Formats: sequence, structure tokens, C-alpha cells
Amino acid sequence: MESLSTKETTSKDCNGKSVFENVVRAPDVPVYAVMVAYSKDPSPLKLNLGIGVYRTEDGKPHVLNVVRRAEKLLLDDKSATKEYLPITGMAEFNKLSAQLVFGADSPAIKENRVTTVQCLAGCGSLRTGADFLAKHYHQHTVYLSQPTYGNHPNFFLAAGLTLKTYRYYDPTTRGLDFQGMLEDLGSAPSGAIVLFQSCSHNPTGVDPNLEQWEQIRQLMRSKGLLPFFDNAYQGIVSGSLDMDAQSVRMFVTDGGECLVAQSYSKIMGLYGERVGALSIVCKTADVASRVESQLKLVIRPMYSNPPIHGAAIVTAILKDREMFDEWTVELKAMVNRIIDLRKQLYDALCDRGTPGDWSHIVKQVGMYAFSGLNAEQVGFITKEYHIYMSSDGRINMAGLSAKTVPYLADAIYSAVTRIL
Amino acid sequence: MDSSSSVFANIVRAPEDPILGVTVAYNKDSSPNKLNLGVGAYRTEEGKPLVLNVVRRAEQMLVNDNSRVKEYLPIVGLADFNKLSAKLIFGADSPAIQENRVTTVQCLSGTGSLRVGAEFLAKHYHQLTIYIPNPTWGNHTKIFTLAGLSVKTYRYYDPATRGLDFQGLLEDLGAAPSGSIVLLHACAHNPTGVDPTNEQWEQIRQLLRSKGLLPFFDSAYQGFASGNLDADAQSVRMFVADGGECFAAQSYAKNMGLYGERVGALSIVCKTADVASRVESQLKLVIRPMYSNPPIHGASIVATILKDRDMFNEWTVELKAMADRIISMRQQLFDALSAKGTPGDWSHIIKQIGMFTFTGLNTEQVAFMTKEYHIYLTSDGRISMAGLSSKTVPHLAEAIHAAVTRVDTYCAVSTGLVYALQCES
Repeated sequence: MESLSTKETTSKDCNGKSVFENVVRAPDVPVYAVMVAYSKDPSPLKLNLGIGVYRTEDGKPHVLNVVRRAEKLLLDDKSATKEYLPITGMAEFNKLSAQLVFGADSPAIKENRVTTVQCLAGCGSLRTGADFLAKHYHQHTVYLSQPTYGNHPNFFLAAGLTLKTYRYYDPTTRGLDFQGMLEDLGSAPSGAIVLFQSCSHNPTGVDPNLEQWEQIRQLMRSKGLLPFFDNAYQGIVSGSLDMDAQSVRMFVTDGGECLVAQSYSKIMGLYGERVGALSIVCKTADVASRVESQLKLVIRPMYSNPPIHGAAIVTAILKDREMFDEWTVELKAMVNRIIDLRKQLYDALCDRGTPGDWSHIVKQVGMYAFSGLNAEQVGFITKEYHIYMSSDGRINMAGLSAKTVPYLADAIYSAVTRIL
Repeated sequence: MDSSSSVFANIVRAPEDPILGVTVAYNKDSSPNKLNLGVGAYRTEEGKPLVLNVVRRAEQMLVNDNSRVKEYLPIVGLADFNKLSAKLIFGADSPAIQENRVTTVQCLSGTGSLRVGAEFLAKHYHQLTIYIPNPTWGNHTKIFTLAGLSVKTYRYYDPATRGLDFQGLLEDLGAAPSGSIVLLHACAHNPTGVDPTNEQWEQIRQLLRSKGLLPFFDSAYQGFASGNLDADAQSVRMFVADGGECFAAQSYAKNMGLYGERVGALSIVCKTADVASRVESQLKLVIRPMYSNPPIHGASIVATILKDRDMFNEWTVELKAMADRIISMRQQLFDALSAKGTPGDWSHIIKQIGMFTFTGLNTEQVAFMTKEYHIYLTSDGRISMAGLSSKTVPHLAEAIHAAVTRVDTYCAVSTGLVYALQCES
């Protein structure tokens, strides 16, 4: 077919301004702005403790051995096709994911009371859950911890829900403001949705202990509040997948309902493959089945069905005894390195006689340390030492190494003594 | 177990998706003669799904490259992929690209691209009505409605001719309020297979530009319709060559067989580079609260293929083979129906373009074919030509012949003028 002459199609057909002339330039997302600044920095000493991704002792991105193994296995499977997954995703992946978070012997699973749908990592799971609640749940208020992961408000706002916060972090102790938390949740309207991070709280690294979780659970159930768990770091706190899922499992053991957004980004290093799952634990199998049918109506007009590749990797690993074990070993190694770095940083700060109590560095858990540095001190550290972190003072512990801990300790010491 | 205490007790069971429901029913059928002409996924002559050789090659390269990592992509996706996708649809020499007036963001296949584009429009555009052709792909309405747009239709398919109702199209778009968004299928219209000619596209373009209507292209079959990537992008390129603005949602599901990897891109062609840059910054605010950033794997496969001369050529050869096989199925089905003397004019089968044929069969005839012949298709009479083979064409021809000659009798006695009008005379 010949190309049509464009002589008649002059731009006088479409003169005038852009219909998007008035679109305002959106500011860069803060965590990305940190990354951009880091990448532009020419200093050989620069250190990126901003974005939440795991780095090796050499400061490099890390693809787990078991993930590479799984990928090669998938490649060798000549019978594998690229057909559309069902709207709810890969069935085996969903089953295995539910077992991972709720426990293989979970009564809720056995009673078919759980619907699990593959989503795009934790973010996609949260947004799908939020859209579902906005459509089908009677209470449109969501309580988020103060502070919380920067993107949390956006999922719920995009879904049309209203946001409130509950006290969580106590800057004076650099620990949990448990009283404040109970008070705020206690005064929430009945039925309100409450977002919890199951473990490795982002950005604070402060998690409730099991006794506190039990009190939270009792309060939630007595007030008819609906728990929504963001489960993005299962295994990264203690190295034990079961232990790190305790908080979630408490809320299932009591026979009640809850939502859980699962991510394999950090725990399997699958970041860019966008692998996750949303589970909704319901009172009965019939409700779970109806809920699942409605989840499809949320997903289909968003992106129709989820991507195969990442879910296929996860499935290959979770269903094979040997590969599963290999994964837990690699996971534990990552966790041990982080725990060790916490100790190293704490020791280094103490050795320098850095003013203040730095024990929170070793008390906080998971990937992040909420240093307690203020925005000015953070700015100083970035400017003078080329060390990048979020302006709230959150440090990605996984971005450190034995070599760079002393440098960070110097920087913190400097900041704390020179800027108050 | 008491469901009344569930906070979701009153949730109604949603009906099964009509298109996907066809495959569910097909899977349950135990007949050895069953045929699935429902979902629009390519099948080989042996009736099997196809992973392109060049795709396998690209995947090998990627997986065996131990220097590759799984870091998050930027919110807008893989930069290479975006650039190459824009060139693919707009042409490598497109002035709009050279002038940096195009923003392209990686999305989850066609659906994801449409949804992101629609949400952007709902937030930033002044006219929140989108006109979609009647009929159109079943998921279009839901995508736009959930994004916050209101949906109207324009006449498109003429059942009498089984071709384009061009006059109706021009009238309806001509009556649309200034600024309205208009969804256009770039080629291989789904479900009808009826495409405007280039001359008709030019008239459509002039009308849209004169009325200040905003074109939003759904390009899911580039290369699949005619076998030629440039030819299948002509409609879109016309709307770029005139210097105006438009949206294009691109999918690699069919033309690269990457269905389940969810690879696509949304491009917005703007008046100026500055506008394009501001638009891109706002697109990020649509994507981030949806899923943060898109999946790596499929986009990496596409980028690998598009940027390598050899692999690109290999792809075009495999693509042409798929397109040719479908064209051949059309001819075979038409010939079979002619040979049987099946009542009616069946030339639309070879005139329609792309993966689907809108047979013109009514819901009764479709149900009859499913029940008596175990042939599965959507109730609007749409068949996926890609699901046929030389071996199964005779079975389908027989089924159509029977449906048209026998169910026609039912029509004569059934109530409702609408049924009679749809039957073969």
C-alpha cells in the first residue's frame, strides 16, 4: 500500500496550541530524585543508601543463584508457552504464595476461605486491594502508620479512599509509640481499614513485638476494624519465613478476615519482574469465591492479566524442595549480612564517641535504619560526604559494606556534632 | 460456617468475562472434534500456541547473560524499549520523534497502555467523553469507564454489507462535541476485521482535525494485518504527519507472540517537546500508584529483537508467515463455503482483515454451532481465524452451513424482527 501524500495534510489542519498546554510539570518522586542526584555525583566516595534494594558486600545489585537456576530451567522447558495467564494469574503461584504467608497448614487455606490473585508486586497488590475495597466495602477510610512507605497514600487515594494516620514512630525513643497507636486505632470508626506492615517496617525498622501484635489484634477485632497487611519483607527480618509471618498469621488464626499484599521484590530479589500476590481471607469459601470473581473485574480493565516470567520463577523455586531450601539459605545470608552491618555501624559510632544513644541501629529490624538524623543533617551528609539517603533519615542498611561503614560513621559523627 | 458476619457477605458473584468464558467452556468439552475460535491468540497449523524462534533466541541471550540484573525499571519503563517502540509505530524518520514531541512509556500490553492513557486524560484533559466504535473489543468500555471517562459510541460496522458504515461514522463523529476523544483501531479492527481504506482514513483525519477531536489509537496488530509493519501503521502516521496530537496504545502480545509477558507502550504525540516532557512527568503519577514500574522481561525481549538488524529481520519473516497463514485460512474458508453453496454472500471473510472474522452469524446460530459441532466462538459471531487450520476448515464450513440453513428456519418462527433481520435470506 503506498503511503498517502501528505500535501493536503498540512499543519494548518491542526494549528493552535497543545491540548495539554496547561499540564503542570510534576515534581520528581522523592526517592527517585535521590537516585538521580546520586547518579550525577562524580565523587568516587559516593554511597547510595537511598532506594530500598539489596546490595552485595561489593555494593553491586544481587541476583540470587537460585533465581538464575530457575530461569535457566524455565528456558530449557521447550513446552513452555507465552499464552495469557488467567486474570487472577498463575494458579500454582497463587497457591504457593498463600502457603508461604499463611503457612501450609493454615486452616483458612484448607477451608478454601482464601482467595489469592497474582498482582504486580506489593504495589499492584495494594492498588488492586484498594480498588476492590473502594467498590465493595462499606467503610472508605484507611489508616496508615505515621510515618509509612512513601507510596502507600497514593494507592488508596487513587482508589478513591480517604486517608488518616495512626501514631507509630516515637522520635524520642526511636521505637514504637505503642500507646499512641492503640489510642488512635481505638478511636477509629468501626469498620475502618488499617494498613499494617507485617514486619521490617519501612521506613522506621520498628516492628511491634508479638505481645504488642496480640494487643493490636484484640483491639482490631473488638472494634471491627479491617486489617490490610503489606508483606514485603517476609524472611528479611529474622531469616525465618515463618517467624516473620507471625503477625499476619495471628489475624488468620482468630478466624477473622484480612487482606494481605505480598511482594517477592526484596525477598527473592525479583524487583523489576514485578511479582506479588493479593490474598483476601474471608469468613467462608463462598464469600472468598465471590470476592475472587469481583477481583477479576478490578484487574481486567487495569491490565487484563499479569506477567508470566516472574511468577514462573517464584513457582519453580517454591515448589521444589531443594530450590526452596537453597533460597532460604541465600535469604539468611542476606539477612545475616544486614544484621552484622547494624552491629558494625553501631560499634563504629560508639567508637567515635558520637553523641546520643545509637542503640536503635541494632534494635531496629529489617532493611532500614531510621537514623534519627534530621533533614538538615541529611543534607549536610550528602553535600560533604556524598552519602545519599532519604531526607527523613532512612538508611538502607543493605547498601553498606564493611568498607563503607567507617565512612558513614564519620559522616554521622560530623553531622551530629556540627548540626543540632 | 456463617457468611453473614463476613464484611463481604453482600458481594455479588460477578459474571464470567464473555470472551474468556468461551475458553472455559471449551476446556470443559470432551468432544475430540472441539474447536476453539474464541480468544484471539495465534495458533499454528497444528493448532498449537506459537513462541517465535526469534523470541526464544532473544530469551536465551538474556537469561544466559550473567551480567544482567533484576533492578527496578524506571517508572516509565525500559528506555531502549520505549525509543524503539516509538520508532516502530511512528517510523524511524518521524519528525515528531526527531523533534522530541513524543513521550513513550512502557505499559502492560495494550490494556495497560489504554488504561494509563485514559487515567491521564481523566485527570488532565478538558473533555471527558470518549467515542468508541460500535462494536469494539469487549474490554474497551470497562477500561475507559473505570478510568473516569464517559463512553459514547459511533457507528462503525454495517451488518447489511458486513463492511464499514462510513457515512454513519462520519455523521456520528461529526456530531461529537469539540475536543471529544475518539478511539480508533489502527488496523485489523476487533471484532469486525473491517478497516477503513487509506482514502477513508484521510477523510476521518480531516474531520477529527477540523472538529478538534483527540485521536486515541489502539494498535494491537501492527504487522499482523497485512504482514507489513509500515503498511499497518499508516493510519497512525497520517495523524502524526499532519503535526497534530494523538495517543497510541501499542501491544506486542500478538505481533511478537508475547501475550502473557504483558508488553506494550503508550505514546502521546504532543505539539512541542516541552509539553511532551511535562506530560511524561504526569504519566509517572498515574503509573506509580498503579504498580510503580513495569516488568522487565518482556520489554527486554522486544528491545533485544528490535535493535538487532538480523533479529528484526527474522521477526518480520516470522510475522509475515503468521499473517499469511491467516490470510490463507480466510481463502480456504471462503472457498469451502462457496463449494458447499452455503446461502449468502461470504466474501466478507476474505475482505475483512486481521485475526478475526465477523461472520454475521447470530446468537442462535452461534449457540447451535457450539452445541452440535463443538465449535466455540463469542456470541457476536466473531471467529479467530488464527484458531483454524487446513484440517479444521471443513468442519467449520460444515457447521456454518448447517447453522445458516437450519437455524434460519428457527428464525422464521421466532419472535422479534431483529432476529429475522440478522438471518441469511
